[in-house]
Amino acid sequence: MGTPTQRRYDAVVIGAGHNGLVNGAYLAKAGLKTLIIERRHLVGGAAITEELHPGFWFTTFSYALSLLRPDIIHELELTKHGFMPLLMPSTFAPMENGDYVLLGQDRNENIKEIARHSRHDADAFEQYEHDITMVCQALKPLLDQVPPNLFSKDPEELVAMSALAQHLRDLEPRVLHNAVRLLTGSAADFLDDYFESDILKGYLSSSSIIGTKVGPRSQGSGLVLLYHNIGEHDGVFGSWAFHKGGNGGFTKVLAKAAQAFGAEIILEAPVGNVITSNGKATGVALEDGTEIEAGVVVSAIDPRRTFLQLVDPRELPNDLVENIQRFRFQGTSAKVNFALDGLPKYPALGDRGDQYRGFTNIGPSIDYLERAYDDAKYGWYSSRPYIDAAIQSTIDPDMAPPGKHVMSCFIQYAPYHLKQSDWDTERNNLGDTVQKTLESFFPGFSDLVLHREVVTPLDIERVVGLSEGNIFAGEFLAPQMFFFRPAPGWNQYRTPIDGYYQCGSGTHPGGCVMGAPGKLASQQILKDLDPSRFGNPGLQSPPADA
Amino acid sequence: MSEKFEYFAIRNAAGMFDSSPLYKYRISGRDAEKYLAGVLARDVRRCRPGRAQYTLWCDDRGFVVEDGVVLRLSQDEFLLTSAEPNLAYFQNLIGYDLVEIEEVTDDVATLAFQGPRSRLILSELAPEMSEIGYFHLVPTKLGGSPVTISRTGFTGDLGYEIWVSSDDAVAVWDTVAEAGQGHGVIPFGQIALLMARIEAGLLLLNTDFESSRFAWNDDHRSTPIELGFGWMFRHIETENRPFIGRHAIRRELADATSRWKLVGLVVDWKEYDHKYNTAGLVPPKDHTPVTEEFMVYTDDYTRVGYATSFMYSPIVQRHIAIARVRPEQSAIGTRVNLEVTINHRYELVGAHVARLPHFNPERKTA
Ligand SMILES: Cc1cc2nc3c(=O)[nH]c(=O)nc-3n(C[C@H](O)[C@H](O)[C@H](O)COP(=O)(O)OP(=O)(O)OC[C@H]3O[C@@H](n4cnc5c(N)ncnc54)[C@H](O)[C@@H]3O)c2cc1C
Repeated sequence: MGTPTQRRYDAVVIGAGHNGLVNGAYLAKAGLKTLIIERRHLVGGAAITEELHPGFWFTTFSYALSLLRPDIIHELELTKHGFMPLLMPSTFAPMENGDYVLLGQDRNENIKEIARHSRHDADAFEQYEHDITMVCQALKPLLDQVPPNLFSKDPEELVAMSALAQHLRDLEPRVLHNAVRLLTGSAADFLDDYFESDILKGYLSSSSIIGTKVGPRSQGSGLVLLYHNIGEHDGVFGSWAFHKGGNGGFTKVLAKAAQAFGAEIILEAPVGNVITSNGKATGVALEDGTEIEAGVVVSAIDPRRTFLQLVDPRELPNDLVENIQRFRFQGTSAKVNFALDGLPKYPALGDRGDQYRGFTNIGPSIDYLERAYDDAKYGWYSSRPYIDAAIQSTIDPDMAPPGKHVMSCFIQYAPYHLKQSDWDTERNNLGDTVQKTLESFFPGFSDLVLHREVVTPLDIERVVGLSEGNIFAGEFLAPQMFFFRPAPGWNQYRTPIDGYYQCGSGTHPGGCVMGAPGKLASQQILKDLDPSRFGNPGLQSPPADA
Repeated sequence: MSEKFEYFAIRNAAGMFDSSPLYKYRISGRDAEKYLAGVLARDVRRCRPGRAQYTLWCDDRGFVVEDGVVLRLSQDEFLLTSAEPNLAYFQNLIGYDLVEIEEVTDDVATLAFQGPRSRLILSELAPEMSEIGYFHLVPTKLGGSPVTISRTGFTGDLGYEIWVSSDDAVAVWDTVAEAGQGHGVIPFGQIALLMARIEAGLLLLNTDFESSRFAWNDDHRSTPIELGFGWMFRHIETENRPFIGRHAIRRELADATSRWKLVGLVVDWKEYDHKYNTAGLVPPKDHTPVTEEFMVYTDDYTRVGYATSFMYSPIVQRHIAIARVRPEQSAIGTRVNLEVTINHRYELVGAHVARLPHFNPERKTA
C-alpha cells in the first residue's frame, strides 16, 4: 500500500485530499504517469467518512457539498464512479424562545413561513436571494480561471488583467457595487439593508463566519458569506447537498476516477521533503527514506507546509517566506459529532423529524453569533457556540443503523490559540459546552447520545495536517485571496522552484470541497510542460463535450 | 415534500408509490395463452408461470396501441396492466377462444416499492421473495394478507410491485411503511416517478408515444421498432405465431421502412452552460420533467427528430432526453442539436445520441 510501483513518475502529488486527487486525476487524464502520495491510511484529507462507532458513519470534518465546480464532475466522469449528491430539502433555524424558521423546497410555503416572523422580510428574502445570485453569477467565472498575476509585466498577464477589468466594467453597476459591499464589508451591514427580523439575519449571517475568525459585524464577513453562496450545486447558487456516504463518499469517488485515468495512489506514505537540484524539483523523499523521482512535484497541502516544511525556505525569495510566515491561519472551528439513539425533539414541532433533513442552524440572531465571537477574541471558546448541525442519516440511511442517527455539529468559535490552557485539556469541556447548548434547544438531547467525538482545531491540525486547524488552509481575508493567495505574485500555482507546484486550498480560489485549486493547478502544470498542447488556462476554453 | 427528495429515496433508499390506478385485467381460461399470444406483440408463450413480461399490443398496421406488463400467475391465468382502459378492445378480440377477461382495476391494488433497500426490507417480511429474479413473481403474505410480489417497476432501479386485494391494500401499505421505518423509506409522487422513468428510458403513453386507436394520423402513431422494441421480434421468422400486426412488422423489418428510431440524448453540458452564461443567465438545471416536444436538428439545421421527454438528471448530472431521430442519426454518439429557448430566442445546443437507459444500476437486475 505504502510502496509505489515505480521509481520514476512524470508527476507526484503530495497529499490525497480532494484537491490532490483532482489534480492527480487531471494530470493522469492528460497522459502523465502520476503518483498521489498520502500520509494517512485513507484518502480525502478533511473530507472523509469514518465508522467511529460501530454502525455509525461520521463525517469527521467536512460534511456537506456545494462549491464543487460542475466541470470537474463531467471532465473527471465522476458519475461513472458513484457521484451522488443527495438533496437536502430543508433548513431549520431554531430560536431561543422556542419558535423557529423552517424553510423547504416550496417557495410559497417559505414565503408564508418567513411572513410568520416578518411580512417585510418575506419579500426582502426574495430580493436578497436575487441580488446575491446576480453577484455570484458575475463572479463565478473567476473561480474557473487561473487568476492573473498582478505583478507581472508579461504581455499575457497584461491581457488577462485587462480582460478581468473588462469583465467587471461590463457588470451592471448595482451588481458590481453589491459585490464590492460583500467583498469588503460586513455581513451584518449587508443584511441590515434587507431584513428586520433577528432570526432571518441570524440564519443568513451564519454562513458569514464559517471557518473564519470574524463575527458577522466584522468587516470581511461579507466575503465569507458570498463564498458560501457561490456554489452552484445542480444549477442553484447557494444550494448544498450531502454526498452519499458523506464527503468521504465523495473523495472515494474522486480516488476511483483518478485511478481510472491511470493515477496511482499510495497510502501511509508521509512525504518528508521535496528533492531539489539547482533550483529545480526532481522528486520527493518519503519519511522512511524512499526516494521517488519526478519532473513535476505538486504540493496539495497548505502553504505553510508547502513553502516552509517540504522545501528549505532558504532556497526561496525572502519576501515570499515572509509573506507565508504572516499568512493567517488562526483556525477557529471545531466539530462535535454524535451517535444518537433517535432524533432530537424540538418541542414546538412535537414528534416531527423532517426538519432535520438539511442544516439545523443554531445561530438565532446576529447578537448570538457576535457574542459567540466575543469569547474567541479574547482567546476562549464560545460559551454558547454557533452550531451548524446536520443529521445526515435522515437522508442517507447507510450512515447509521435503522432508527439511529449520526449528527455532525460544526462549531464556532474554538480558537486554535487558547489563553492559559490547551486543547488537550479543554477537549471534553468543549464537548460539554456544545452538548449543553444543544440540550437548551432540544430538551432531552443528552439522553440520546450514544457516542460523542470532539474534534478541536488542534485535532484538525494533527490529523489532517491543516496548520492551526484552519479549515480552508488559510483564512478567507481579502489580503489572502485572488491576487494574494497564498502570496503576492505566487497566485498561479507555481513556486520559485522549477517543477514544484501548489494546488491545495491555500491557493486560488480557496478552501471548501471545491476542487478548483486542484484543477486550475493541473492546467498550469500542463501548460508549462507543453504550451502548444494545453493552451492558456487563463482564457475560457471553447466548448466541446467529452 | 419535494419531488427531488422523493426521487432520491428511490435511488438511495426506497420509496412507495400507489400504482393502483393502473388498469388491470385478469385473463384466464383454457385458451388464455393462445388468446394473448395473438393479441400481444411480444410472445407471451415465452413467459412461464411465475414470470412477468413487459409487452405491447399493436393494430393490424403494426402501430402500437399500448403497452403494459403481463404477469403469468399460472398456466391459464394472467394479469395484464395498461395505462388506459382497454376492456372493450380486448373483449372484441376474443372470437371463439375459451377465455375470460375480467377487469380487476378496482379489486387489485398495486403498491410499487422501489429502491436499493426494497429487497432488504421486504425480505424481512417475506423471506421467500428475497431470491426472486428480475421480472419474476412469487405469491406470499405480507402481514397476514395474501399478495403477489413481482420484481417489476417503472423506476429502472431494484424494486418490486406488490399486488394485493383492495380490501387489504391499506394494511399492506402500512406493513411495508412500518418495516421501512429508519430505512429512509418515504412515499413518492408522480413527478419523482417520471424523473426515474426518464432516466430508466421507460416510455410513457401520451408523452413518448400515442395509442394508434386515438391518434389523428400516422404522424402520431409509432411502430414497436420505431420505439426501440425490435428485440421483441427476434423470433418472428421462426415462431409461427399469428398476432395482430405481425405482417406489417415483418414487412417493416424486411424493408427497413421505420421512420424513426427511439434514442436517448445527452446534452453537451459545456455548450449548454456556455450558451446560458453568455446570455447572462444561470444555466437552469431543473429536474422537473418537461413533456413539450423539443426539435432535434443537425448542424445544418435540418430537422431530424424530436425529443418527447426532457429533464436534468440529478444522478447523470446532465440534461437528458428520450427522443426519436431518423434512423441515419441514431448511432450512439451521433452529434445532433436540441432547440431550446434562451432569452425568448430559439437556440441550438449540442447533444449526442446515447444508449438507453440513461441510468442502469447493476442492482436493478442483480
Ligand atoms: C471540520 C471541517 C469542516 C468542514 N466543513 C466543510 C463543509 O461542510 N463543506 C465544504 O465544502 N468544506 C468544508 N470544510 C473545508 C474543506 O473540507 C477543506 O477546505 C478541503 O477539504 C481541503 O481540501 P484539500 O485537498 O485542499 O486539503 P486537505 O483535505 O487538507 O488534504 C491534504 C492531504 O494531505 C495529506 N498530507 C499532509 N501532509 C502530508 C505529507 N507530508 N505527505 C503526504 N500527505 C500529506 C493529509 O493527510 C491530507 O489527506 C471543512 C473543513 C474542516 C476541517
